[in-house]
Amino acid sequence: MTLTVETYGTLAEANAARRGDSRYLAGGTLVMRDLNYAVPGLSRVLRVSNPPRAIRQQGERLSMDAGVTMADVIESREAAFLAPVARSVGGPAVRNMATVGGNLFAAHPYGDFTAALLALDGEVQFVDGRTQPMEAFLAERDRAPLVASITMRMPRTGEFRFRKVARVKPKGVSVMSIAAWLPGAPMRVSQVRIAFGAMGPTPLRARAAEQVLEGKVLDASGIERALSVATQGLAPVDDALASAWYRNEVAPVHLRRLLLDEEPEP
Amino acid sequence: MSKIPVQFTLNGTEKAVFVDPGANLLDVLRRGVGDLSPKYGCAQGTCGSCAMLIDGELRLGCLTLAEAVSGARIETTGGLQTGEEPHPLQTAFMEGFAAQCGYCTPGMIMAAKALLDRNPNPSRDDVIEAISGNICRCTGYQPIVDAILTAADRMRGRIA
Ligand SMILES: Cc1cc2nc3c(=O)[nH]c(=O)nc-3n(C[C@H](O)[C@H](O)[C@H](O)COP(=O)(O)OP(=O)(O)OC[C@H]3O[C@@H](n4cnc5c(N)ncnc54)[C@H](O)[C@@H]3O)c2cc1C
Repeated sequence: MTLTVETYGTLAEANAARRGDSRYLAGGTLVMRDLNYAVPGLSRVLRVSNPPRAIRQQGERLSMDAGVTMADVIESREAAFLAPVARSVGGPAVRNMATVGGNLFAAHPYGDFTAALLALDGEVQFVDGRTQPMEAFLAERDRAPLVASITMRMPRTGEFRFRKVARVKPKGVSVMSIAAWLPGAPMRVSQVRIAFGAMGPTPLRARAAEQVLEGKVLDASGIERALSVATQGLAPVDDALASAWYRNEVAPVHLRRLLLDEEPEP
Repeated sequence: MSKIPVQFTLNGTEKAVFVDPGANLLDVLRRGVGDLSPKYGCAQGTCGSCAMLIDGELRLGCLTLAEAVSGARIETTGGLQTGEEPHPLQTAFMEGFAAQCGYCTPGMIMAAKALLDRNPNPSRDDVIEAISGNICRCTGYQPIVDAILTAADRMRGRIA
């Protein structure tokens, strides 16, 4: 099959050129794999010569252009709370290439960064100016237009926690990742948001656990009920890294460690 | 299928080639330009054997769209030596038996160079993190980590 690569000056132009057979290429860490392996049906690749890569604080929220890389996040002062998340994605070379925008579309078991955005009340902004909350976006991302930027809440110190569970360290792929925004932690928490990566087709919220944590103190008794409902609403699958059964068994253990802020295992 | 002209510098030398749409940079360097130093491993970014510096940043040749590097400065192990003299990383790898089959070595060395260019005095953990995207199936990694630390010591001594 003939392949064409079209380069545009702006994301809006690339978006206008999209059809069913085309795929946008950002950092390329996933799209180039498909090109290298000649994945059927991939015949048109669209790219933008210099996509925007800014990180901006907007009041209580932080905005990131879709073209921001994991390495950009690690270097950004405003995004310091997300540095541990960005550092958990791939190795150094992958982090220099992998974008935040690409992570939104990365299939299981990828999407660790997106799990963090989901926990931080992320909102996606499309090139056509529309916005969509992260959860609604993830549910129908296959039909989404190109993403221009993402915004999220900036947590206060100690209110955001992230854990990635992997069998190879550093740089393993997720057995699961957990991101939690815990307003009020470590004292009485309210309006908690917990997101799991690699526990379903996209990152998913643990809504049942969020609800029973309302008003609780993050100690062993305060989190007990949340642990018992931790996997409600999650939909893990079997893959080469872990079975769905195993993922469901260990999810409460890792959630407990996160909520009690225990040191991650080395 | 029409070819696309691309120009870049490879280890300080200007190169101009025609590439196929969708071709990756690793293929273009190896087949089009004749630099066989970056290795073809998995073609999916997992093994790191094609790691190289593009405009000073560590990247994977196999996941880089060749036509996107127009105007870029590319560095591979093929250009690390000065005249006949190997780079301190290359010397330390040879002396410390950090290469066995040698297939991962060019990627390891470029990942190490990316680290030392930014951090001339890395800790052992910094080195482990820096090569975490590179797989070696022979050495068990310890000789590689040791060699990188040895090279860093020697390079600091040379500058001091
Ligand atoms: C060795 C290796 C290790 C990895 N480890 C991890 C890991 O630990 N955790 C993890 O989460 N991921 C990991 N990944 C997957 C991947 O690198 C990341 O998910 C990355 O963020 C994808 O971004 P990209 O810019 O490279 O995407 P691309 O490959 O460019 O694109 C991926 C998809 O997103 C779409 N897309 C990209 N940008 C936009 C946009 N602005 N609007 C609309 N659609 C868009 C593309 O069309 C494509 O379908 C790894 C990949 C490799 C090769």
